[in-house]
Amino acid sequence: MSEKPHIDIDYVADLARIKLSDKEKSTLSAQLADILGHFEKLSAVDVDGIEPMAHTQNIHNVWRPGDAPGATLKAQTLIEMAPEQRDNQVVVPKVVE
Amino acid sequence: MPPLHYNTIAQIAHSLKVGETTSVEVTQAVLDRIKAVDDQVQAFLSLDAVDAIAQAQASDERRAQGSTFGPLDGIPIAIKDTLAVKDQPLRCASKMLESYTSPFDATCIRQLRDAGAVIFGRLNMDEFAMGSSTENSAYQTTSNPWDLGSIPGGSSGGSAAAMAAGEAIATLGTDTGGSIRQPAALCGVVGMKPTYGLISRYGLVAFASSLDQVGPFTRCVEDAALLMEAMLGKDVLDSTSIRPQGDTHYVQALQKKKGPWKLGVPREFFGKGIDPEVKANIEKAIEWYRSQGCAIIDISLPHSDLAVPVYYIVATAEASSNLARFDGVRYGHRSAAADDAVSLFTKSRGEGFGEEVKRRIILGTYVLSSGYYDAYYLRAQKVRTLIRNDFENAFEQVDAILTPTSPTPAFKRGERSDDPLSMYLSDIYTISVNLAGLPAISVPSGFTKAGLPIGLQVIAPAFGEADMFAVAHAFEQAHDYYQQTPKL
Repeated sequence: MSEKPHIDIDYVADLARIKLSDKEKSTLSAQLADILGHFEKLSAVDVDGIEPMAHTQNIHNVWRPGDAPGATLKAQTLIEMAPEQRDNQVVVPKVVE
Repeated sequence: MPPLHYNTIAQIAHSLKVGETTSVEVTQAVLDRIKAVDDQVQAFLSLDAVDAIAQAQASDERRAQGSTFGPLDGIPIAIKDTLAVKDQPLRCASKMLESYTSPFDATCIRQLRDAGAVIFGRLNMDEFAMGSSTENSAYQTTSNPWDLGSIPGGSSGGSAAAMAAGEAIATLGTDTGGSIRQPAALCGVVGMKPTYGLISRYGLVAFASSLDQVGPFTRCVEDAALLMEAMLGKDVLDSTSIRPQGDTHYVQALQKKKGPWKLGVPREFFGKGIDPEVKANIEKAIEWYRSQGCAIIDISLPHSDLAVPVYYIVATAEASSNLARFDGVRYGHRSAAADDAVSLFTKSRGEGFGEEVKRRIILGTYVLSSGYYDAYYLRAQKVRTLIRNDFENAFEQVDAILTPTSPTPAFKRGERSDDPLSMYLSDIYTISVNLAGLPAISVPSGFTKAGLPIGLQVIAPAFGEADMFAVAHAFEQAHDYYQQTPKL
């Protein structure tokens, strides 16, 4: 983390599945370099032997009791939310050639 | 008595009880007020007046038949656009969810309905709760009722502005890094973030799941205590919600707990970056506590200056994962230009998300990506432990901690919008509280010379809400700042 951080914006945008315009790419690259520069002070902290904290309540795993039948939303209600639907199914572009 | 729309919940509950007013009258007063001032304030994204009046009538009918649900029955409460209310729009102020209608109620909404509240309106916010000024809304810019050229704070800017303008009796917001407390301070109202897990997150659109909490905006501390009592509790629909511990009779605690308290003042919160008027104001508030016999103890939270970088790593990492669900397939915006499955995702997300949301998803994706995970995300999680330890050490000495809520009063619209880093630093006094999962409240503590509100933050240990409310209430009731209203 000591060098000036550099983001390969095309690679990260692809990982994030977001299409960015060329203008967005150049603005974001510059802003993110600034922001990551501000993060640099973390590298000076001694974290030897410190446990990482993912959660404030120290919850590691939660088992729930077996599902009991109860009222749920109707499948039709949920499918009707899709931008495109047909025959009680969500329509998407062809996935498998 | 102030006009009906500026009454507290407690005042209205009393008026309803003795038959001086009705829920329909109160709800109509609020709706009239919105009609009169919201062209200027722009707090509401949408409003279903017919539905609000119907709920108010149902409340009045219950009361007429001698069966009311308690102090919240008939009280109109407006909701941030990130909480699910059945059959109402849920857009998170984003184009991504422009035509989305919620098919269910969030748990906290159901709890308020069970208490008889009139749930109405969708309040403006920063898109997906990402921002500190409400300027990141895809729909409109909300003004600070105290100065229409200034921002109301954010991300729950609509919730705070609506309270200051008398457009609701109470509102709900959400707080991931200060999104309730900072706008409450900037708009001169009470805003409170509970201990993590105290209120269910079911039905709250997730931004950063280990930090997000729902909380109330109110005119006074007592009202916040009332709302918290109605909303807390373990919920089977949110496995991170927890069974409340300690004293949860918050309203009673306001009368029972009178101090004097041991109050900590962290020296790191009064250094560079703080506005001199804010600093002087908070120091005066601290002196007031001292004059009441409280012990004022100088404390240190040595990792405070690391809270902003830790937060923007942890929160963006969680956001990049949470917002992966917006893919244009099952709901939300779908690009018309997509020709295969991957371009359906990339184009729908590129078109549907605004600038700040894209910035945070990209940042979060980067800090989680191979080769950078250890240096950024894992390291941030470890420093987060150190930040929590700082608070644990401090609470061995003190009952509560006093700080400014925001380093500056409300700033002018557009002033920070091109500089994300300066915007991120607006939350410097609030985000460590979220990282540690603690409860905190902002109460009005006075005004700048220019007439802009300032807020005092009271931070308590986990589940220390009863003491937190009592400490804040004591200051509030000894001053009249909370009764001031802007000229609109």
